[in-house]
Amino acid sequence: MKQTAIFDIISPIMIGPSSSHTAGAVRLGLLAKNIYGGVPKKVTFKLFNSYAQTGKGHGTEKGLLAGILGLPVDDRRIKNIFDDEISKNIEYKFEYYEDFKKHPNSVDFVFENGRTMDIYGESVGAGEVVVRTIDGFSVKLSGKYNTLMIVYDDIPGMISRVTSLIQAKNINIASLHCDRYAKGEEASMCICIDGDLDNDVVDAVKKIDRVHFVSYIKKLDD
Amino acid sequence: METKGINTFEQLLEACTARGKRIWQIAQAYESEWCEVPVNKVRKCATESLLAMKEAIRTGLQSTELSMSGMCGNDCDKLQKRFAERPAVFGKTFEKILTYALATSEENIRMGKIVACPTAGSCGIVPSVIIAVAEDFNISEERQVNALITAGEIGRIISAKVSLAGAVAGCQAECGAAAAMAAGAVTQLLGGPPKQVLNAVALALKNILGLTCDPVCGLVEVPCVKRNPFMAIIAMTASELAMSGVESKIPVDEVVDAMDQTGQLMSPALKESSLGGLARTKTALDLQKRLFS
Repeated sequence: MKQTAIFDIISPIMIGPSSSHTAGAVRLGLLAKNIYGGVPKKVTFKLFNSYAQTGKGHGTEKGLLAGILGLPVDDRRIKNIFDDEISKNIEYKFEYYEDFKKHPNSVDFVFENGRTMDIYGESVGAGEVVVRTIDGFSVKLSGKYNTLMIVYDDIPGMISRVTSLIQAKNINIASLHCDRYAKGEEASMCICIDGDLDNDVVDAVKKIDRVHFVSYIKKLDD
Repeated sequence: METKGINTFEQLLEACTARGKRIWQIAQAYESEWCEVPVNKVRKCATESLLAMKEAIRTGLQSTELSMSGMCGNDCDKLQKRFAERPAVFGKTFEKILTYALATSEENIRMGKIVACPTAGSCGIVPSVIIAVAEDFNISEERQVNALITAGEIGRIISAKVSLAGAVAGCQAECGAAAAMAAGAVTQLLGGPPKQVLNAVALALKNILGLTCDPVCGLVEVPCVKRNPFMAIIAMTASELAMSGVESKIPVDEVVDAMDQTGQLMSPALKESSLGGLARTKTALDLQKRLFS
């Protein structure tokens, strides 16, 4: 699906200086926060390649932190985020790596605070982002769709049990992506939908036997 | 209106011709379908972008605050002072295009609020030509929005083939794409038909092929900030030629293909990594030592 929209091109209204390194970083942070389901107490940002080499001068670190804290890309607080009150209650550090197998502009978020989570994402240009892995499961999340993410045991019938709950609300599924460690072990399902899910659907999915983790990931820029 | 199949300039021109529409009309109908919002919402979003562009120009024209590195931020002021004393050879609109482009890109590097168009490093190019020309030719906000939507459609079609990121295809995909968008936008603004708009795009793109992304110290400052006014003038040149009936010998879709191939052939050292070009000059390395030690 290569088709993009005009507003990927003549927006966003954002804090400079770089759409991929500043606004893209904010959006990766926002998406990671939405996947995690809230602001973490502790986070390590592992910056790769161009993000590691040129991130400092582009405000990439400021953008990533601002995103984790929930600030939108045009929030003037991003410029001085390290000194802002809003960042006083989060413990964070930055690490820098070279890895030519990874995208030029990419970052690994390692969240710790009760539940640990590892989210890897890429800034693919013009502020667009893609999250590629969550705790080792391959996914493809752009933040453009509301998405239900589920980690569960790989047994027959799980996909249909989840999708039938969505179908009952007459909601269309835009894409469905599954992955697993190995047959019968932990698996992941990412369901991108048109429209919005009610909490009762999310709660019903959580109650399905052998479902371990459910996150309803709200789309960005609403 | 079914517009979902439009992913090349040829298809766009066919749609315009078959339906007797301008590019912005096809584009806003497409956007409305694709994003499932009414057309007036599409125009409202474009108007918000236009107003934010004007705010960035206003703010930028009044500031001399330097970027964190101290390399850029006070050049627009120099132009304004000189033009106040001695007008530019090419006249008032030319002065405005240069200062508006520079004001916007300087606002960007001081972490001010701008509109990425298509990227932040290239944020001064499209607004400078649309807004300067609109002011001097008394063109309504409605028609400026039409021009901005035209720019968006041009960028969208380029991005279907070439990722608009310096790290992937060099500066040709950022400031270069912006020049093509601006060339088409200003041609629309001045009443050029779709065919002339697309010729302006082709002519602008052909003249930025191979443009590298070699930012000094890895910052969106040198040469990016001053590149914005230069690219705005390339856009104006392309538009003047196209509106005179000059046609690109290579069709615009093939120019985009050439741009894609050029980007792939370009060394990673010249694609935003700051490992080659201007970024590895003696002065750049000295600056890097001074800034980061």
